[in-house]
Amino acid sequence: MARNLSARAALLSLALLVGVLLVWQVAVGGVAKTQVMDPEYAALMGQTATTGKSAMPGPMDVGATIWQHLKDPFYDRGPNDKGLGIQLAYSIGRVALGYLLAVIVAIPVGFLIGMSPLMGRALDPFIQLLKPVSPLAWMPLALYTIKDSGLSAIFVIFICSLWPMLINTAFGVSGTRKEWLNVARTLEVGPIRRAFTVILPAAAPTILTGMRISIGIAWLVIVAAEMLVGGTGIGYFVWNEWNNLSINNVIVSILVIGLVGMILDQLLARAQRLVTFPE
Amino acid sequence: MSILPFAGRASAPQTATRTAGTRAMSDDKYISIEGIARRYPAPGGKTSTVFEDMWLPMRRGEFVCMIGHSGCGKTTVLNILAGLEAPTEGVVIAAGEAIEGTSLDRAVIFQGHALLPWRTVLGNVAYAVSSRWRKASKAEVEDRARKAIRTVGLSGSEHKRPSELSGGMKQRVGIARALSIEPKILLMDEPFSALDALTRGTLQDEVRRICVETGQTVFMITHDVDEAIYLADRIVLMTNGPMAKVAEIVENPLPKDRDRTQLHHAPGYYALRNHLIDFLVTRSKTLRDAMPVGYDQRNPPVVRPTLSEADAAAIASTDPVGKRA
Repeated sequence: MARNLSARAALLSLALLVGVLLVWQVAVGGVAKTQVMDPEYAALMGQTATTGKSAMPGPMDVGATIWQHLKDPFYDRGPNDKGLGIQLAYSIGRVALGYLLAVIVAIPVGFLIGMSPLMGRALDPFIQLLKPVSPLAWMPLALYTIKDSGLSAIFVIFICSLWPMLINTAFGVSGTRKEWLNVARTLEVGPIRRAFTVILPAAAPTILTGMRISIGIAWLVIVAAEMLVGGTGIGYFVWNEWNNLSINNVIVSILVIGLVGMILDQLLARAQRLVTFPE
Repeated sequence: MSILPFAGRASAPQTATRTAGTRAMSDDKYISIEGIARRYPAPGGKTSTVFEDMWLPMRRGEFVCMIGHSGCGKTTVLNILAGLEAPTEGVVIAAGEAIEGTSLDRAVIFQGHALLPWRTVLGNVAYAVSSRWRKASKAEVEDRARKAIRTVGLSGSEHKRPSELSGGMKQRVGIARALSIEPKILLMDEPFSALDALTRGTLQDEVRRICVETGQTVFMITHDVDEAIYLADRIVLMTNGPMAKVAEIVENPLPKDRDRTQLHHAPGYYALRNHLIDFLVTRSKTLRDAMPVGYDQRNPPVVRPTLSEADAAAIASTDPVGKRA
């Protein structure tokens, strides 16, 4: 029954995809001649003027562009002409670095907050105040203090990944069941061993939830951050192609950004399943 | 009188085990609760007292059950014995040492089994073993853990996770974990109250078998009168809280080698059962309000409800424990 359902769902997805592609193709295709004009002039004006074809590329054009990118993803012909693979690698690298820094800070601090009600209360106003700030608002401050656009982007990723992980770690740690802690106490387990053998496994599913939210936000923010700082990365690529009026490449970028975001989310979902324990 | 030979036989093996070798006086006070009180801050700057000036001795190798209504501080007493809570006043001596915090010498079997769900059965028991013997090799730890799992009859389920086990099996793992560290004292907080009647019965049998075989000193809290009768050597009755008191310590007259199925035919069974139920129904309330004249909190009265005075005297002459009481 379940297998039947997933097969039917896949079929429906495929049908929807085909439908959307068809509508897209028809919508951007040429309708009719709009003006009679000199052939040389018509060649200059392009199909938009002569046949009423939309400047929006059709699915076939986008498909061709994707194929171009797939054939040679890592070419590098100067600062404004790099392969999609290279641009993605820059973005993923920045996200990975900023995210990793956030993990290093958020998990120990979250532990501290979760284990000490005093620290929890003392830090709470700061967290509440800084959490709702758009990570991009930090950008000028970062540029001014760090004086490096690449590092500033990493800092912005760090800041935006920090909060969900911090809050979830604190929540998971403080929610460790008293009975499990009592087990550790009656077994005279020391604080370090208790942190690693009882509190960490107990809080791990909650911590991973925070990490999953963070990676999603980080991937959202990197595109915007790279549009601002420029130079390299998928966000810069999108903006650059917009300036080139290459809607083709913009659409390809959207698809690729979505794909990478999905993969990152799935990786963390898998990690989450590994540490989740049934009760 | 059919009671006399039965009771006599009952006390004989007890006497034999308890007086074997040269026993120090402390064996009669292997655990000694000495004047403990527990108070909590109450609204309005007052304090509410769960109990105060409580004195209770427990013997080595003895199975003690504590019975009382909710709110009489049973769990607090157990937590103090475990070292999870500290008494507001007073001190508890266990195995010759004042209790300060938790100890591997006192294992706790929790009401809600408290297994770590991310560990397997073997992992849960091995966690306790490796806490007890920190320098033991991995093989030795696993060996001891497997032995404890075998004792509770769970061989073959070592690699299951707690979520794959029934309630009774989970509690068996809890028991194996407690036994695996070879504690001097075993503390149980209503360990079977969450189980169905059938499972409860089998687990009581197991616990009784293991404790009799190993001569384990046990302190157990229960609501269940029949459980106390089947398991305990002595039953401590608590009056209702707040300001609960140890009303009396009831000696269980039933033979040490008890058979669950024949228990209700044993002489003295109904007298004991009625005594306990009468206490829970009425005396736990009346005694809180007014203790009988001559009641001494430091020496709670010890009673043996089945026997007439003549029988008690006869047994006391062969049982040094009875004489002391």
